Parts: sequence; structure tokens; C-alpha cells
Amino acid sequence: MRFGVVIFPGSNCDHDCIHVLRNVLGQDVVELWHGDSSVNDVDCVVLPGGFAYGDYLRAGAVAATSPIMPAVKSFAESGRPVLGICNGFQVLLEAGLLPGAMLRNRSLQFRCRPVEMRVESTRTPFTWNLREGQILQMPIAHGEGNYFAPDDMLDEIERTGQVVFRYSEGISPNGAARFIAGLCNQAGNVVGLMPHPERAAEAILGSTDGRLLFESVVSFLESRAVVGRSSWVVATEQRSPTYDLRPTTYDRSRR
Amino acid sequence: MSVKTISPESVGLSRSEYNEIVRRLGRDPTPLELQLFGVMWSEHCGYKHSKLTLRSLPSSAPHLLQGPGENAGVIDIGDGWAVAFKMESHNHPSAVDPFNGAATGVGGILRDILSMGARPIALVDSLRFGPLTDPKSRRIATGVVAGIAAYGNCVGVPTVAGEIFCDPGYRDNPLVNVACLGLLRHDRIARSRAVGPGNPVLYAGARTGRDGIGGAAFASEELHEASEHEDRASVQIGDPLAGKLLIEATLEALATGDVVALQDMGAAGLTCATSEMSAHGGVGMIIDLDRVPLRESSMGADEIFRSESQERMLLVVRKGSENRISAIFRRWGLQAAVIGHITADRELRAEYHESTVVALPPYALAEAPAYRAVACEPPGLAERWITPDALSTVDPGSALLSLLRGSDVAAKRAVFEQYDHMVQIRTVVAPGAAGAAVLRIHESPPKAVAITVDGNGRLCALDPYRGTRLAVAEAAANLACVGAEPLGVTDCLNFGNPEDPEVFWTFRQSVMGITDACRALQIPVVGGNVSFYNESPEGPIPPTPVVAMVGLIRDVSQIATQSFKKDDDVVVLLGSSVPDLAASYFLTQIHGLSRGRPADVDFDIHASVLSAVREAITSGLLSSAHDCSDGGIAVALAESAIAGRIGAEVTLPYNDRAEVALFGEAPSRVAVSLSPDRLPDLQILAANHGVELVVLGRTGGSRLRIDVTDRRIVDLSLGELIEAHGALDEVFR
Repeated sequence: MRFGVVIFPGSNCDHDCIHVLRNVLGQDVVELWHGDSSVNDVDCVVLPGGFAYGDYLRAGAVAATSPIMPAVKSFAESGRPVLGICNGFQVLLEAGLLPGAMLRNRSLQFRCRPVEMRVESTRTPFTWNLREGQILQMPIAHGEGNYFAPDDMLDEIERTGQVVFRYSEGISPNGAARFIAGLCNQAGNVVGLMPHPERAAEAILGSTDGRLLFESVVSFLESRAVVGRSSWVVATEQRSPTYDLRPTTYDRSRR
Repeated sequence: MSVKTISPESVGLSRSEYNEIVRRLGRDPTPLELQLFGVMWSEHCGYKHSKLTLRSLPSSAPHLLQGPGENAGVIDIGDGWAVAFKMESHNHPSAVDPFNGAATGVGGILRDILSMGARPIALVDSLRFGPLTDPKSRRIATGVVAGIAAYGNCVGVPTVAGEIFCDPGYRDNPLVNVACLGLLRHDRIARSRAVGPGNPVLYAGARTGRDGIGGAAFASEELHEASEHEDRASVQIGDPLAGKLLIEATLEALATGDVVALQDMGAAGLTCATSEMSAHGGVGMIIDLDRVPLRESSMGADEIFRSESQERMLLVVRKGSENRISAIFRRWGLQAAVIGHITADRELRAEYHESTVVALPPYALAEAPAYRAVACEPPGLAERWITPDALSTVDPGSALLSLLRGSDVAAKRAVFEQYDHMVQIRTVVAPGAAGAAVLRIHESPPKAVAITVDGNGRLCALDPYRGTRLAVAEAAANLACVGAEPLGVTDCLNFGNPEDPEVFWTFRQSVMGITDACRALQIPVVGGNVSFYNESPEGPIPPTPVVAMVGLIRDVSQIATQSFKKDDDVVVLLGSSVPDLAASYFLTQIHGLSRGRPADVDFDIHASVLSAVREAITSGLLSSAHDCSDGGIAVALAESAIAGRIGAEVTLPYNDRAEVALFGEAPSRVAVSLSPDRLPDLQILAANHGVELVVLGRTGGSRLRIDVTDRRIVDLSLGELIEAHGALDEVFR
């Protein structure tokens, strides 16, 4: 499958995502330049972490208006999978592809450490191989991950099953409303999350739980290719629920 | 600025230096030229008082690709890959403006590494503040940490290790030393030697503004009462986004093969880059100041020359490639302008508003005079080596908790969590998990590099020679305890006013200490930085040489960390040096006494112990390894227990006073844990290296119990240890 990783000025995790997709998962990866106006013929778009445009104004605010974003939007509207990681999630929020907004962490400090989160929804291409309730461990590294939306919007998001990941340690590491760590749009094909799956995709780095998200979308895309139908919903019905519920253990001794 | 005449003193130069300028030029310098000499011959840029002393440092090794003299040293790690590293200080700016001072310190060292053609892959920092109970020191400390986080996180280079020590001597003059490690291919080493008459000189990066003017000169003066208010304009303001873009654009430009030479515009800005690049290459250079991209059009020639605006590089590119290279920088949203070209006549010439404002030989500017300063041993040093015969009795358990709580030993978790220490997905051993960080090199698996930073002003104040040797010894021990072989050292030498004979004596002793220690361990010093004039109205800071040491791990799957890993491992002490309370952390923290003579490292023994530890790790024998330093073996064991959340029950082998056994310090001791069935292998290995080995006890349970001569001296729960060790959380959160 062909992944497109968008490079904004100030993207920091672009090389990390490319490394994991290309060298760990063996996928085809192309770099998408923020100044271009097409995402070409990719099967999945990834907005990586970092500080796009320095996060000046607000995290993700300037990047959301960059020339490539209209193409990302129409790609998303066509139902194909889009993943925003950390800063990429912030860009998706600012671009209106996902509901709500980010505030600065409640501590007012940047926070980088491993967290645990629970899979809340398996109706997205990035979680369709996982189980609801499955606990994943991966690092966060952000200063603005304090997810905010008005109560009625939060109720609506919950009702429509758009909460994909929730921090599961009984505390939001950043103050996020209702422990929300990741969200999808109503259709389910656009997912954003604050933790970094690409930093937890190789055992040497302490966890391989992040790899599950990428493997999930790869098998989603492959099965869709086999089924030959355009709707992602069809594909999610084909999923094989055979995953171990135990999290891989984070090697705390190295943390 | 239309200055008609200025005195040498007003630009920080002496009469004799003025006469030397006249001798070199064969005429009086113009006021503008004199200002350029003022910054280039400042201590910060010119190393006037240090360069003769620094010559003794060992700087050759078979694997060395670039030694001192360039922007950073470069060392081979095999398979066509190399690492570049260097440490720099940003002390004065951080005293005046902690956030921006520290942030631009990070930015500056990143560009030094970038100037070698390397991608920066890790930052480490060594920080010194006044006691964190003091509001001013707290404000500086939290500001510095926030500044490092703001720049390092945004620029996408992980901050993977560091140390923080507190002492009243740093209250008004904190130290911010930052080292950067970069990765590059052998065939991509870039250098600052400008060559090729006719080759264009390309300015790239951010625009030039009025910030940081004369910053290098400011860094070469003592701080005074009003510095915080008066010297703000000397502090540069960083833009980490521009820093990040500059990294990407510069690496892309270098990959074209059309870049002949480059240097960052850091201290002394354009003055330093133009004069050093042409002096190194033995060529001349003509530049047109009107073509320099400016933030404000009204800037004078002196301001353009001396501005230390951040995120700027000067490149010499192959003639004909200038448009292609410029396009790369513009694509990344940066400025790019051809501001001149290389000439064959060995003259640095600058035009401004259609007249020649500077015309002189570049070496005259770039090579500051060297001074042999007067050195005099401070009186009364030997008196401070005497320790009291009797100390008031303390409860050993409470003393251990108090040592864990002390800012030198307490966990720096609340600091490291503010730094992105994982970006670039190389960090295998994260900060706090061991004395050194480990970064995998996934471009050349299964290799990894380790980096550590060490220095101890408390010990150097008592004996600068021995204290410095101990710092080098500890850095090597930290590398050994993750399984790494030392490759090289970069140093940052922080001292007071070198014109004070006592300060200069401590500096010279320290350099001798590094020289002898690195020679003994056969580790080259690949470059570094000297920061003098670290003084406040209270006097000079404690002499603080800091070393960053980089090591190689051949197989990243064979490493160790300091945490106990499982119950029922045996706990073993390698190395038989005899602990002593002289100059110990225990004396300072518990009894308020900075007294005693630091231990003299026997580097033959040290090397044997470290190679035994390294071999044990690479053969997969060990579960954990932790060298015993501040707070002695008790603190080392407590840290292993805290990190692994596993207790231990041990008996110490010393028939001495309990506090000496527990908290006494000695170099060349490493506490390790391993499965009991591997113990015979470790015994053979230790014997082969001639290293003594003592079985101390077992891991397990949820308490740390330490016996000395059949008496239970310490019995503490993990909860108590963890709580004490977390004392700094409330300062930095």
C-alpha cells in the first residue's frame, strides 16, 4: 500500500513515520509537500507530529490553511483513511476535519512520557484489527493536548462513537476532557490521536503497541483492495478479531 | 552609526592589543574595524587566555576524522558512519534572560554540529544553579529548563541526558552547558575552509536584526548588579522553527555536493564567519553589506557585522550553483542572498553604501593574541583538605533519605518529561534510566551510541586537578555501565576571571586533569569551549569543568541500565577502592561541610574495572549496572531499587564506621546485579581483568535493607525511597 506523509515546515516526526511505515511495515511511502495541492495516488494520508509552522498562533492553526489541506480534505471526504498524530491531530482539529479544539496542557508544561490508553472504538481503519477495551502503551510528547469541546458536543461525540482512544490510567496526562486521547470523524475514516504510535512500533524502543495501528490500516486497505468496494464500512465487517488483549509490557527500566 | 573615534577600552581591548592591531595592519584601524577586533579578540571568541593551556589536551586517535579547530569534532563509528559532537556554554545570557539565554544556547550548538554536515540527533545539558530553595535560583532554573524545552522540542532534536547541580556559588551566575551529537556519513563531512577564488558567498537563514549585538563581548565580562536590566539587548532571541528549517535546508544543500565551505553565524556573527572562513582557507573575501537580508533597513555596518541574530549560516558554494542552492533555502521559507565572493588576494573587504568600510587580512582578525596568564595556587586549599575527626551522629536511614532528596541526587524526572527525549525514535535508554543515554543508529544496525555529561564543581573547588580527573572517570564509568566503549570527549570549562591568578591556576590544574585522565584512558578530546568571567559581585563560581563523553555500542541488544530487574538476583560490587568521606556528598549534604581532599583516580584500576563491566554487559551476564558516585554505595543501591521498584538485602564488606561504608565515595566501584547462575561466569571474567568482586546480597522484596558488620543499619521501604528521590518534582512542576 502507498502511504503519503505530509511534510509541513516544522514537522518533526515525518522521518519517524516514514521509517516505521517503510522499514518496519515494508510499505511504500511518499513525502507530500505542504506547498503542493495534491496528495497524488496514495492510499492513506498521515499528518505527522512536530511543530508545523512553529505552532505559532495556535498549534496546527497555520498548517490547517496550507496549500495541501484542501487535497487532504477531499481525500478524507472520499472516505479514505487519514491519520493525524499529535501535531497532525491538532492540524485536523484546526482544519475542521475533527470536532473540538486543543488547549495547553493543564500543567502548562510540555509532557513527554509513556501513557496507557484504551481502545474505545474499532470502527476506524486504524483500529479495526483491535478490540474494544484493549489497552495500548505508547508515549505522548506535547504541550497542547488538553482536548476541549463544549459538553453538548462531547455528548454528541460520545453518542456517535467518535471517541477512539481514552487515557486509561485514571488521569488525563494533559487535562483532556473525558480522558480523550484520540477521535475520529463521523464517518470513522479520519483519526487523530495525541500519543505517538510511531514511537512504539519496535521492541527496542520499549513497546510495539503503536505498530498495531499501522498494521490495522494496512490490513484494512488490503482487504478493501480484495473486496474491491469503495466503502470502508464494508471492509470493517471483514475484520478478524484475533488479537491479544494484553498490552505489550513497556520496559519501565529504560524509562 | 557614525563614530569618528573610539577608544580601544570601549570595545574591551587593551592599549597593547591596540598596538598589536596597528602592527598587524601597518596602520590605525578605522573605528568600525576596531569594533570588529573588539568582538573577535574577546575572550569568548579569541580564547586569548586559554589557547596556550589547551594545547596539552590529547587530540589524536586512529578513529578521529576531525579534531579541534573546526566547529565540532568528528569520530568514526564504522560502516561509513561518523558522529560529530561539541559542547558550548551559554552562561551569561542565561543569567540575564534564563528562557531566551538557554533556548539560544541550544540553537547555537545545533548549528555547530550542522556546520560539520551532520544531522543533530541528541542534546544533553549540564546545568548549575544556586540552591533551589532560593526564589531567584528557582526562577532561573525553571526558566532555563523551559527555554531548553521550547527550543529543543520544537526543533525536533531529543534532549536525552543531563545533570543539574546546585551550589550557592552559582546563584548569580548559573551555568548552562549544552552538548549536541550529530550523525553523518564520512563522505559528507563539511568544513569551514573557504576556497576557490570567484566562488560566491551565500548568506542563508533568518534575517539579521539588532539582537545580540556584541554578545561575545558581553560574555567576556563579569556580571554585575545591574546586568539583568542593562544587558538584555546582548541576549539573542531564538526562533526554533527557523532553526529546524535551517537544519533541513542546509542538509539538503550539502547533499548537492556544491557547498565548498560553511559556518554558522553565532558568536560575533558575520564578523566571525567571514574572517574565520577566509583565514582557514587562506583566501580573501569581498562582501557587500547592503545585500545582507535585514529586519530593519536602517542598520549600520557595525550592527550588521556584529549582530548575533540566530539561525543564520554563511556558505561558500561552487560558482554557478548559487541559484540552485538559494532555491533550496527559499523552498524551506528561509532567506538566501549572495553577498559576495572569494578572492585570491587574502584580504577581507566589506562594502557598505558603495564605499569600502573594512579592508584587512582575515587572519589578523581571526587569530587573537595568546596570553600566558599568571597562575597562583589559592592559599588555604590544603587546609580545606582536613576533615573533622568526629562528626555528630546521624541516623543512617534518615541520612540516606536526605541524600536522595538533595538536588544533586534527586530524580530529574520533572525536568526530563518537559523535554521531548524520544523524537527521531533512537532513544533506547531514556534520561534517568542510566548514567548515560543510549541512541540506536538504525542507519547502521545493530549499532548504538551512548552519551553522558559529568562535572563536579564541589570537588574541583577542593582540588581542581583531582576533581577534573574524577569527572572524566565518572563519564567513562557511566558509559561502561550501559556497555559502551568511549570514543571521545568534548569539554566545557567554566571558570571565573582568568586574569585572577588563583582562578587561572584552577583552570590550568583542570586542563591538566583532563589531559592526564584522557591520556590514561586513551580518549581524544575532540573540541570544546572555555567560558571565563563567570563571576558575580560575590566572586568567581566554583571551578566547573564539564565533560561530555560519547561511546560506541556495537550491539544495541547488549546493554544495561541501573534498575534492578527481578527478584533473587545477586547484588555484586566490582572494584575494591576504599571509600572515604573526604569531599563526599554526605559531608556536604548532611553536615554542611565542603571539606576533604577528593580521591585520586588510579586509571589502571579504573580501566580494568570498566572493561570488566563492559565485557560482562556485552556477554549478557548482567541485569543492572550502576557506578557508585555521589552518596556512595548506599545511594547507588537505592537508585537501582527505586528505578526497578525492587528492594534488596545486602551486607557491605567494610569494617568501618557505618556512614563510611554506606556513604563514603571512591572511584572505580560498580554495583551490579545478575542471576545467581551467572555468578561463576562473572567471577571468572572479573579475575581475568584483575578486578575484585564481592557478593553483597540479593534483590527482592519491597524494602532496602543494608547491614554493616552484622548490624542492620538501613531498613527503608521502597515507598520512602521513592518519595525522597522525587523531591524535585515540586520545584519543576
